Amino acid sequence: MEKFTTLTAIAAPLPMINVDTDKIIPARWLKTIKRTGLGPALFEAIRYKKDGSEDPDFILNKEPYRNAKILVTGENFGCGSSREHAPWALLDFGFRCIIAPDFADIFYSNSFKNGILLIKLPQETVDKLMSDAEKGANARLTVDLERQVIVRPDGEEVHFDIDPFRKHCLLNGLDEIGLTLQKADAISGYESQHKSSTPWLFR
Amino acid sequence: MAQPKTLFDKIWDSHVVETSKEGTCLLYIDRQLVHEVTSAQAFEGLRLTGRKARRPEANLAVCDHNVPTTDRGKPIEDEDSRIQVAELERNVKEFGIPYFPLTDARQGIVHIVGPEQGFTQPGMTIVCGDSHTATHGAFGALAFGVGTSEVEHVLATQTLYQKPAKNMRITVTGTPHAGVGAKDIILAIIGKIGTAGGTGHVVEFAGPAIEALSMEGRMTVCNMTIEAGARAGLVAPDEKTYAYMKGRPMAPKGEEWEKAVAYWKTLPSDAGAKYDREVTLDAASIAPIVTWGTSPEDVVEITGAVPDPATARDENKRRAMIRSLEYMGLKAGTKMTDIAIQTAFIGSCTNGRIEDLRQAAAIAKGRKVAAGVRALVVPGSGLVKEQAEKEGLDRVFTEAGFEWREAGCSMCLAMNPDKLAPGERSASTSNRNFEGRQGPGGRTHLMSPAMVAAAAIAGHIADVRDFD
Repeated sequence: MEKFTTLTAIAAPLPMINVDTDKIIPARWLKTIKRTGLGPALFEAIRYKKDGSEDPDFILNKEPYRNAKILVTGENFGCGSSREHAPWALLDFGFRCIIAPDFADIFYSNSFKNGILLIKLPQETVDKLMSDAEKGANARLTVDLERQVIVRPDGEEVHFDIDPFRKHCLLNGLDEIGLTLQKADAISGYESQHKSSTPWLFR
Repeated sequence: MAQPKTLFDKIWDSHVVETSKEGTCLLYIDRQLVHEVTSAQAFEGLRLTGRKARRPEANLAVCDHNVPTTDRGKPIEDEDSRIQVAELERNVKEFGIPYFPLTDARQGIVHIVGPEQGFTQPGMTIVCGDSHTATHGAFGALAFGVGTSEVEHVLATQTLYQKPAKNMRITVTGTPHAGVGAKDIILAIIGKIGTAGGTGHVVEFAGPAIEALSMEGRMTVCNMTIEAGARAGLVAPDEKTYAYMKGRPMAPKGEEWEKAVAYWKTLPSDAGAKYDREVTLDAASIAPIVTWGTSPEDVVEITGAVPDPATARDENKRRAMIRSLEYMGLKAGTKMTDIAIQTAFIGSCTNGRIEDLRQAAAIAKGRKVAAGVRALVVPGSGLVKEQAEKEGLDRVFTEAGFEWREAGCSMCLAMNPDKLAPGERSASTSNRNFEGRQGPGGRTHLMSPAMVAAAAIAGHIADVRDFD
């Protein structure tokens, strides 16, 4: 997983609520056996016209948003399926940070495992950042994970909260499985204790 | 006296391996279900790092999402699907994971197979790379969907990092009227609390209307908990749970069965246990429910009409409603029973069990599918199919003009050839009416199996209570 420390980038506005994972990446793209290459299929149904050409009205088809690395969006982003293809597609497009009033639980967890920082902020704050994101070439935000602040184009700083463990993993780009394997003794201890109390769970 | 605990607290506490000072827990995972779509990259990750599956026998793998529901004798036509199935078969062999191949009668949708085999048991932690893992909560197991990175984490370590969820209890009282069942109850709940209403919570379903449901009905309710934003739903295990499980191939046997039942009886929430949020629903107050829009919270009683965006709670919701109506090709004020359908789909992990097929067959019996309607029945597993054939349900369906298929996820998410054409409208027993879910441009109305059968026969969305 790539580290996340600070990021200064174009923020794209997507003022929609309940953006589900089928909308982020339709099921037909789930037949891949790789994690990469899904960027072109991101938001497929709303990004392209029926003939397959780009819809010029869709935000990510406009300059400078083609290079956006931050997405500002509405409540309950990422609801629906557990497909990790959703964060893979966002990452492959270039997104490293998504800001919304809230996120669906499974999507939230999947994104952090792929080095994408998700930031939850109150609706009023998201509304302000949404209007920042609508400023075209000036829609640049800086996200500083260490200090837990977003710097707006006018220099105002917005604080955000984040779980300390997720922050630690992102800042250091940690391999979580590697971390857990160091706890093999604790896991074995748990197993031997429960083998005697609930043996049917170990058949 | 010890603090009273909820069912969720008890399962959680008994699975914590260790807790960090910030409150993140390393949680032990008892069982994992594996399917072809969300596992390839996880196995590849293990291979690249030279890691092994810690407890291969704690997993069970099956192909379901991608598989054709027609002739199983032939190779899969779609190349990508064929590769994904072949990849899973290679991976289960290499890592020693138990697997039911496509030709095995036990093959089916992971969430139908787990309970059917007795793999799913009360008090367990169960994960799968699929959000409808919530289904297994019907047995009083803490079951939730995970992404592929977590599938890999569980394969390698048999654990996951998790923070405890909040407790929510949804109490369903009253006796539902005829024609109203588990699907209507859960759709009504989602309509009431919204698709993000359960975010951050585990929902315990309780109350007389839940206790009265069969295990199949409880699975339908728990299955769609994720559509209300909660990763897991739970129902306390009771005599119905034990009766359903006894004798299943992977359930405990003999003396161990007695020990297990004694343990399971300690799991229900203690009197006085605290919930962070409480919701109640009177099942006697609802009519059969259908969806009108592109979010599972867009529900309306069958006697109602397509709502007007002017009634939306805020501007964001109003915009979303306008977009939904445009996508669905519907006008505010249209009576739900005036909406014509072209496809009827009965199946999925929500409603692909034997009881669902019996309810649909009871409506289909002696009737004919309307002209111009394509109607599919896709059993949730090969064993459900066998049982239905034993009961003659296949003939009821085929005589009425329904197609009788092989087991799989099918048109619930349209990864196999079963899909809607752009603009085509379905009455569906599945769980999501998202844009494009059943095929690009397809329009989905969610409802119960009996209601889908009624719509297939009427040719439009219909009230099952009009079918004697």
